[in-house]
Amino acid sequence: MSKSILLDFTKCIGCKACEHACSEQNQLPEHPPEGKMDYKSYTTVLKRDDQYFRKMCMHCQTPACVSVCPVAAMEKTKLGPVIYHADKCFGCRYCMMACPFQVPKYEWDHAVPVVRKCIMCYDRISKEGGTTACAWVCPTAACRFGERDKLLELAHRRIANFPDRYVHEVYGENTVGGTSVLMLSAIPFADLGFRTDLPTEALPELTWTVMSKIPNIVITGGLLLGGLSWIVNRRMAVGEEEMERKKLKKGKNGGKES
Amino acid sequence: MIKKILTFILTGVITEVKGMNTKRKFIWLVFSFIILQGLFITLRRFLFGLGAVTNLSDTFPWGLWISFDVVGGVALAAGGFTLCFLVYVIGYEKFHAIVRPTVLTAFLGYLLVAVGLLYDLGKWYNVWHPMVMGNPHSVMFEVAWCVMLYLTVLFLEFLPVVLEKFHLHTPLRILRSVTIPLVIAGVLLSTLHQSSLGSVFLIVPEKLHPLWYTPIIPLFFFLSAVTVGPAMVIVESTFSARVFKRGLETPILIELAHFLQVALVVYVGIKIQDLFVRGVANKVFAGTFESWFFILEMGLLVAAMGILAIKKLRTSPGWLFTASMMVVLGVLDNRFNVSWIGMLRASHASYFPAYTEISISLFLLTGGILVFYFIARFFPVFPELEEGEEHEH
Repeated sequence: MSKSILLDFTKCIGCKACEHACSEQNQLPEHPPEGKMDYKSYTTVLKRDDQYFRKMCMHCQTPACVSVCPVAAMEKTKLGPVIYHADKCFGCRYCMMACPFQVPKYEWDHAVPVVRKCIMCYDRISKEGGTTACAWVCPTAACRFGERDKLLELAHRRIANFPDRYVHEVYGENTVGGTSVLMLSAIPFADLGFRTDLPTEALPELTWTVMSKIPNIVITGGLLLGGLSWIVNRRMAVGEEEMERKKLKKGKNGGKES
Repeated sequence: MIKKILTFILTGVITEVKGMNTKRKFIWLVFSFIILQGLFITLRRFLFGLGAVTNLSDTFPWGLWISFDVVGGVALAAGGFTLCFLVYVIGYEKFHAIVRPTVLTAFLGYLLVAVGLLYDLGKWYNVWHPMVMGNPHSVMFEVAWCVMLYLTVLFLEFLPVVLEKFHLHTPLRILRSVTIPLVIAGVLLSTLHQSSLGSVFLIVPEKLHPLWYTPIIPLFFFLSAVTVGPAMVIVESTFSARVFKRGLETPILIELAHFLQVALVVYVGIKIQDLFVRGVANKVFAGTFESWFFILEMGLLVAAMGILAIKKLRTSPGWLFTASMMVVLGVLDNRFNVSWIGMLRASHASYFPAYTEISISLFLLTGGILVFYFIARFFPVFPELEEGEEHEH
């Protein structure tokens, strides 16, 4: 089934082992300074009050980036991760525009840039028993990798068992149709900079309701325009013919009279 | 041989410059500056990447080149399909005289859109990818195909002018026989991609300001394209009448202004109604950054409507031009608002185009104007101009 990552911010001790493991796994250059996130990092650990939290690609169940990419460079795999095919990409950056979490980053200072974002260690987890580098290295199990439904169950169990410790929400359960990264926190998610005003409906639906009407528009519009131009041209031709006939008649009559 | 060609070009340029008055000389000087600078920045853009010449960032990945050159450019090139619809589909023969310059403007406009896109695409050399690796769920995939096909249609619609010049009668006859199907294809393709450029923004309900985000944004993009089409034709006719010192087709343009007025009323009417339906009308006068841009956008259109409603103003070339220019600016502002102004706040971004970005947009625009100028001079674009052409040489 679909794999997921569960981040429990209350368990995070801010050691940043995940950042380093991630950079190593994905051969990323030097991690940018604290708080900043650019193409040199797929994830970053931040702090708010006395709680650490992490930002990374949410791996939406129905990702906006995948739906908008005109060349299918973004792909939602059956396994769960949203991966990126740099060879297909032509750099329109619609994925960056469309992402409700503003996750994809761009190599602005490269002459031939590509999009960069977390791919949930797709190579590692495709193997039997593989986990993501960040989950594998995390010393406190603040980051756990597993089946989505099992992690979701676990998250709800934690909230039920420790109702005082957590905000009563699993971020990512329903946001934009659900994501493959789930989060637990003691501080309201809005205060951590996560958007809580997002719809529970998957964003690509908004586009698809319009897009799916296009074949209809083409067929109806084509017939309508074709018919319209035929009628108009026919009427003009008939009108011209009649004018000529009248002229002819007049001519004949004129001949008789004279 | 090379020497001959060089002397030919040089003497040509010298006689051309000598024949100009000071005003024209000045305009040419400005044009040359814009072009030289544009070439230099082009070099920097393709050698050092987007970051070297733009203010784009991860929070604001689309800038002026998308807002003006692509989204704005496509709208402003809408004169082609609206006029072709009027003339060929519903038989408004009166407008036949301005079909050629309009189709040429549309063709060059779309070429500029394509070139502008090459500047903006990170991996521009993969621009052909949508042709072979598609994602039918992507609006941009559909827009790419429509624009590509429509560019071909516009080329074929303009080709007769070139064929006429070289007296190639057989291909001319073949092309003429498919005029109507070509026009219908053009109208359909335009309807699709004009509206779809609006659909591009359906995916960002959380980023685009509620003054502009509406489920019917594709309809608005289509209606405003139909509105700005005739307005662009009037603006462009007025300019070319000045530049080529030919008579202005005032009666035709006044007739066209009727269509412009109808389109304006429909577009503005539905837009205002939509504000109330979605319950965001109170945001219009909220005094926010966004509200001012919305007022500017609507104000220009409403003012144009006012001018066109008064017969005395409508029939004066000067006022007609002013009203049309207001419509052009109003619709352009709408495209800026949707793709730029309305996206800033929720993206937590600040963006203003770099000097180099503006320069490239100007460079492309100037290039388009120059190509139009030369094609209009050497090909039968303005039929009545041809004889004057013979005398000049």
